[in-house]
Amino acid sequence: MTLDQLKPGSEGIIKKISAWDKLGQRLMDMGVYPGQNLKVIRNAPLNDPMEVQIEGYYVSLRHDEARFVEVG
Amino acid sequence: MDSDKTLVALAGQPNCGKSTVFNALTGASQHVANYPGVTVDKMTGWYSHDGRKVEVVDLPGTYSLTSYSPEERVSRDFILLEKPSVTVNVIDASNLKRCLYLTVQLLEMEIPVILNLNMMDVLRNRDMKIDVDALSRQLGIPVVPTCMKCGRGKQEMRDAIVRTVAALRPVSTLHIDYGEMEPLLRDIIERLSTESSLAERYPLRWLAIKLMEGDSEVLQVLRGNLTTADGLIGFIESSRVAFEKEQSEKPEMHIARHRYQTAETIAKTCLTLPVDAKRPLSDRIDSLICHRVFGPVVMVGVIWLLYYLAIVQGYHVTNYTWPILAKLRMLAEALLPEPGFIEIPLICSFTLWVVDSANALLNYIPIFFILFGLIAILEDSGYMPRMAFIMDRLFSRYGLHGQSTLPMVLGGIYVGGCAVPGVMSCKGIPDERSRMATILIIPLLNCLAKVPLYVLLINIYFAAHKGLAMFFISTISLLLVLPVSKLLTMTVLRDKGTSPFVMEMPPYHIPSLRGVLGRAFERVWLFIRKITTIVVAVAVVIFVLLQFPGIGAERMAYYHSRKDEAVADFAKINRNTPYAEALAGDGLMDLVRYWESYKDKRMIAKSSAAVAGLNAEFEVRNPLFFQLVQPNEDREAKKVNRALKKLVKERKGLLRSMRKERIDRSFLGMAGKWLEPATQWAGFNWRVNVALLSSLAAKESSVATLGALYEQQSDGETLEERMAKSEAGFTPLHALSLMLFMVLYPPCLATAMAVKLQSGSVKWMLFSICYPMLLGITIASLVFSLGRALGLSGLQAMFGFYGMALTFTLFMGFFSSKQNHTQH
Repeated sequence: MTLDQLKPGSEGIIKKISAWDKLGQRLMDMGVYPGQNLKVIRNAPLNDPMEVQIEGYYVSLRHDEARFVEVG
Repeated sequence: MDSDKTLVALAGQPNCGKSTVFNALTGASQHVANYPGVTVDKMTGWYSHDGRKVEVVDLPGTYSLTSYSPEERVSRDFILLEKPSVTVNVIDASNLKRCLYLTVQLLEMEIPVILNLNMMDVLRNRDMKIDVDALSRQLGIPVVPTCMKCGRGKQEMRDAIVRTVAALRPVSTLHIDYGEMEPLLRDIIERLSTESSLAERYPLRWLAIKLMEGDSEVLQVLRGNLTTADGLIGFIESSRVAFEKEQSEKPEMHIARHRYQTAETIAKTCLTLPVDAKRPLSDRIDSLICHRVFGPVVMVGVIWLLYYLAIVQGYHVTNYTWPILAKLRMLAEALLPEPGFIEIPLICSFTLWVVDSANALLNYIPIFFILFGLIAILEDSGYMPRMAFIMDRLFSRYGLHGQSTLPMVLGGIYVGGCAVPGVMSCKGIPDERSRMATILIIPLLNCLAKVPLYVLLINIYFAAHKGLAMFFISTISLLLVLPVSKLLTMTVLRDKGTSPFVMEMPPYHIPSLRGVLGRAFERVWLFIRKITTIVVAVAVVIFVLLQFPGIGAERMAYYHSRKDEAVADFAKINRNTPYAEALAGDGLMDLVRYWESYKDKRMIAKSSAAVAGLNAEFEVRNPLFFQLVQPNEDREAKKVNRALKKLVKERKGLLRSMRKERIDRSFLGMAGKWLEPATQWAGFNWRVNVALLSSLAAKESSVATLGALYEQQSDGETLEERMAKSEAGFTPLHALSLMLFMVLYPPCLATAMAVKLQSGSVKWMLFSICYPMLLGITIASLVFSLGRALGLSGLQAMFGFYGMALTFTLFMGFFSSKQNHTQH
């Protein structure tokens, strides 16, 4: 399953980041990397982007980008 | 480096309070510049400590030190090439693990680092504890806990800097173990040390790690310094491929994961978390601020407040500041040679033109100051990322970015913004393509200076539908801007790099007064320094174009004969009066000036006390002249007073005709006439062309130039009446086309300069001037020619165009411009 499919309120563990280059680096720098727990907090008023909580801080990303985060 | 000067770099992730630390350390002595070649601000500040001068450079906030963004490259290069005596790594104490991710990268560069645990107050509020000594031991560097916002820790920080500098480059002993990658790293280090002399300038282990990460900049360094670079690069490439195959993990990912592991291990041993963590306050606030319904409502409220405080209230403030600027103008006037009857010295009109141009801009300073202050509040409070979160979906469809929201609000999404702060606030947009698109479309929004022309035209040609026309013009710009942005993104900006949206939603903070005022002052100062000077320079050019070649000798002789007639008429009446002697020769001109000065001052004197004071002042200045200005019951004086009134009016008329003739014959006038065949399709005659051309420096000029062109026939006639009378053939359709052109009018000079600053290139500045002109004339021509061919009224054409723009905007929104993320 990928992160963009998760509904607000659901939780998961990051399994794999399937993007590299800028997006992968950026996700990594923001603390989104395999082994981390995350929780989907909310979607924006127009449904995109989404906000997730990882280890006590909050990150927002577009669904289009969340596709590259595999969660379990 | 200078031995009694210490260079300190401040590094840290965004939202860690780094600028507060910078301000606390350096106080008011700061300076902003640009790093060469990029549009990243370089903040430098100074302080002295025990007689040593300490220079502090505030590096841009970055999460990491890769070569993907200009901010990261700039920070890295500064640390490696400028070799600061010490780097202070500011971190948010309440977010230890993620912040240490940057710290370990700094330590890998083998430079002296001091860790500054900032925001200790937040830590305490959350019942978290950090063992400072253990942290210092584990990292092998000094750790200084501070709360700079509450004024604690400044002295300790300064002391730690001195101690670290004196200790002669103590380098941390921390060593990150990259596990399976270590043998490869050892091989690369080995080859680097035998094949190159890079060890003199770079830490080899850092180079090796960066090479394994596939860092493009470091590969460049290798190519530039190594004769055997190809062989080594080939070796690295094959090592990277082999590593990925064996470990089924990208080397970059492997490295980042190990850095995080190190950060996590350290954080775990030093950090004590509360037993029951509460849901953070920021998250609870966000459930309202980012709510599906309330979120947009709150945002509209914030935008409204921004407009209300900056534009509406700021405009009130200009009522108080304008007299200061008017005094400046009067001062300039007083220093200039006195004008003759019809001979106005060039230096007079020139100086006043320049002063007026500068004043037109300086008048906006109160508005800018409030705007910049409010932007600083929005930035510091943490609301900006929320705004971006709410708007991103809509804007990203048009090639813009969630973070384009604030620049667009400032530029004037509804009537009354200003493109200068709008363009200047584009700096924060991380995505290069969206940033450029935002910079390029902001001038098309409705800035304050476009409004006078709209009001003028609406009052004349849409008098019956003022509200509707105003609504049309206020909202049409947004409908034009969105598809234009999309078109730019798909064409000229196609090759610009994009960046992921991924954005931290930082906790809310209460902004500090010092931070807000400091930033407002700094930005206003930047505006004055960088922009006003250029505007003045171009005002000079426009002046020349409007004045020269000037009135021909024959016509000048005609005006002189008109003047002589008028003076002779006056002399005839005045001949046998007691005033005749005083008014001979230069005396007459003195009287005219005395009269004008009295009338000018009488206009602004409101109370009867002020009038009495003015009368007394002028009576003392020249009792004889005063009798002519205020003749009372003296018959002789009354007679001369009447003749004088006629003379003054005649002079004004002559000056006006000369001004008009000068513009008619000027280079700009010629250009206006020359352009007429092309602009006729849009319904613009040469007079309109001249008005539009003269507004290139500042749009406020459009109405002023029209005022000069539509010569005043009798006193008290408004420009509306004059324009309606002189342009009998002008219809609402003409007005509509002119308004649409004004919407798409090229940026004023101040904005063009801001575009140059923010895009970092003259080429884009020129593009931002040219494309709206082409687009504007095309749309204006289409609307006018089509409207005329179909026999539409101005209002019908307006509705038709609005419908078309709306359809086109929606249509363009359906194309999605997907970003390509590499997948493996």
